[in-house]
Amino acid sequence: MKATRALGWLAVVGVAAGLVAAFGYAPREAVQGNVQRIMYLHVPSVLTAYLAFALVLVGSVAYLVTRRVGWDRLAAAAAEIGVLFTGITIASGSIWGRPTWGVWWTWDARLTSTAVLFLVYVGYLLLRAMVEEPEARARYAAVVGIVGAANVPIVHFSVYWWRALHQPATILAPGKAPLAASLGLPLAVNALGFALLFLYFLTRRMEIARTEEEV
Amino acid sequence: MIGARRLRKAYGYAVVLDDVSLELAPGQCLALLGPNGAGKTTLLRILATLLRPTSGELAVAGVDALKHPEAARAAIGVVAHGSYVYEDLSALENLRFWTVMAGGDASWARLRSALQQVELDGAADERVRTFSAGMKRRLALARVVLGRARLLLLDEPFTGLDQQGRKWLSEFLLAFKIGGGALVVATHSFASGLGVADRVAILAGGRLLLDRPCADLSWEELRRLYDGLTELDGALA
Amino acid sequence: MTFYARRTWIVLWKDLLTERRSKENANALLFFSLLLLFLFQFALGPDRDRLRAAVPGLLWLGFILAGLLGLGRSFMTEDHNDCWEGLRLTPGDKSAIYLGKLLGNLVMMSGVEVVLLVLFGVFYDVELWPVVGPLAVVLPLGTVGLAAVGTLFAAMTAQIRARELLFPVLLLPAQVPLLLAAVSVTQAVLLGQPLADVAHWLKLLAAADVVYVVIGVLTFEFILDA
Repeated sequence: MKATRALGWLAVVGVAAGLVAAFGYAPREAVQGNVQRIMYLHVPSVLTAYLAFALVLVGSVAYLVTRRVGWDRLAAAAAEIGVLFTGITIASGSIWGRPTWGVWWTWDARLTSTAVLFLVYVGYLLLRAMVEEPEARARYAAVVGIVGAANVPIVHFSVYWWRALHQPATILAPGKAPLAASLGLPLAVNALGFALLFLYFLTRRMEIARTEEEV
Repeated sequence: MIGARRLRKAYGYAVVLDDVSLELAPGQCLALLGPNGAGKTTLLRILATLLRPTSGELAVAGVDALKHPEAARAAIGVVAHGSYVYEDLSALENLRFWTVMAGGDASWARLRSALQQVELDGAADERVRTFSAGMKRRLALARVVLGRARLLLLDEPFTGLDQQGRKWLSEFLLAFKIGGGALVVATHSFASGLGVADRVAILAGGRLLLDRPCADLSWEELRRLYDGLTELDGALA
Repeated sequence: MTFYARRTWIVLWKDLLTERRSKENANALLFFSLLLLFLFQFALGPDRDRLRAAVPGLLWLGFILAGLLGLGRSFMTEDHNDCWEGLRLTPGDKSAIYLGKLLGNLVMMSGVEVVLLVLFGVFYDVELWPVVGPLAVVLPLGTVGLAAVGTLFAAMTAQIRARELLFPVLLLPAQVPLLLAAVSVTQAVLLGQPLADVAHWLKLLAAADVVYVVIGVLTFEFILDA
C-alpha cells in the first residue's frame, strides 16, 4: 500500500534523525559516559510500548462493543509490537545497568514494572496462539487485554512503592519531570522517530493479518 | 414464532449453511430432516441463539434474536444431546436451579408437579447420576416446560428411546403443540419425526431443499423425495 | 429479591451443594495445603528464623498456588452434560452467574486460607492470634482480587484445550500487584505494626479489587456468549 510505504520512509527519516540527535547533538554525559546515550533507545522504547498497550486497550474495548474484526486486528498487532518494544526496553535497560550499576538486573521499580508488563502481554499473545477459532480468540483476547490494561497503573504504583532504587523516575513518576533541554531535544526526536516506526510496523502488521485471513 | 431469513454460516471458506429461510407459527411443528452433516444441528443452534450466523436475519418470539438474544431466550427451550443436568444433584434440585435461572416460579410443589407430568416423580430425590438416558431426556423436558418455553427446539430427541419412550415423547410433544407452543424437531430418523409434524423440511449440504406442509405429500412421495434429494446432494458435494 | 440476585444466589447454592455432595475439591485442596507446608519447609531449610522471616511471602504464595488449583476448576462442573450451553441459554444479565461463582470461590478460598493459617501457626510456630484482627482485614482484600480475576479467567480457559497451561500464565502476571501489596501489609502486621502505617497499600488493594470485580461483571457475558 502506497500510504504504508510512505509511512515507512518517514519512519526511517525519523529514526535516522534520532540517531543523529543522540550521537551528534546530545552532549556526552559527565558521570556515566557514552553508555548513557542508550537512554535515547531505552526511554522512547518504553514510551512506544505504553502507546502500543494503550492501543491494545482501545482495540479490545472497541471490538467488544462493535464486534468489527478490524479492532481485533489492531489489538493483536499492537500487542505484538508492544511486546517487541518492551523487550527492547528491558534489554537496553539491562545493558545500561551493567556498566552503570554493575549488575545485569536490579529489581528496581521501573525495570520490574516493565518486566511485569512484558509478562502480561506475552500471556496475551500466548492466549491468542492457543485459541484457534477466530471469533472466540478475539473475544477472549479482548477481555485479557482489558484486564492487562487496567493492571498497568496498579502495577505501576505497587512496584513503585515496593522499591525505589531507580533514579527517581524522571518521566513517568508520580510527580514532576526535570530534564535539561540538551537532553530533552534528542529524546523528543527519538521518541517521535520511534512512534513513526511503531505506526509503520503496526499498519504493516495489520495488513498482513488481513491478507492472512483472506487466504 | 420464528422468522428466519437467508441464514448463512461459514467457517472461513467452509459453508455449513447457505441461504436458509423458514417461518414457523405458534401451534406448528416443523420436522427438520436430513442426513448427518447436513447442518441440522448448526441451524438449530442458530435458532436457539447459541450460535451467530455469518449473515442473515432471525426473529424469535417477535424479538430480533441477533440484536437481543437475551430477550429471545426467555421463550426458547432446547432439548439437545446434552441434557443440562448436574449429576451430583437430585432431579428436584436440578429443576430448581434451572427454573430459577429461567425466571420461573420454583416452589417445590410446582417442581414436583412437573416431575409428575414427565413420570419422574418417583425418582425426584435421586441423584441424576443414577438416571438412564431416557430419564435424563424426560427431566430435560420437565425443565423446559417449567421455564415457560413457547418454542421447543429438539435435536434428535428420539434417539436412545425404546418403543414406549418414543410413544411417550410423541404424546408429550403433541400436547405441547396443542397448548400453543411451536416445535422444531431435527432428526435423521424419518419415521419418528413425522408423527408430530405439520410441516417437513429437508436440509442437505447446508441448503433447505424442501419445505412443505405434511398434508401435501404422501408418505411414499416424501420418502422418495428425501432419498432422491439427499442422494443428489451427495453426488454434488 | 430481584431476578438478578436470585440467580446469583442459586448459582452459589448449586456450587456449594455440589461441592458438599462430591467433596472433590475440598479434600484435595486441604491436602494440597498440607503438602505446601512441607514443601516450603524443605525448600527453605531447617533454619527456623529464615522460615519465620519468609512467612508473609509464603502465606500468600500458598494462597495463590491453592488458588491456581481451586479457581482453575471453578467451572468444571459445567463441563458435563453441556451445562455450559444451558447457562448460555438462560435469560437475563449473565454477570449474575459470574458473581455467584465468585462468591463460591471466595468461600472456597476462605476455607483454604483458614487452614493454611492454622497450619502455619502450628508448624512454623508463628503467633497469629494476637494479630487476627488486622489479618482479617488484609486477607479478604487480597483474596477478592485473586478470586475476581481467577473466576473470570477460569471461565475463559474452561473452554480452551490448553487450559491447565494458560490459566496460570494469564492469572499470575495479573496477581503481581496484589502479591506485592498483600505481602507488604502482612509483613507489617506480623511485625506488630498498626494498619494505619500501611494504609496506602490497603487503599491500593481495595481499589484493585473494585476494578477487577467491575471488569469481571462487565466482560463475563463476552466470555460466555458467542
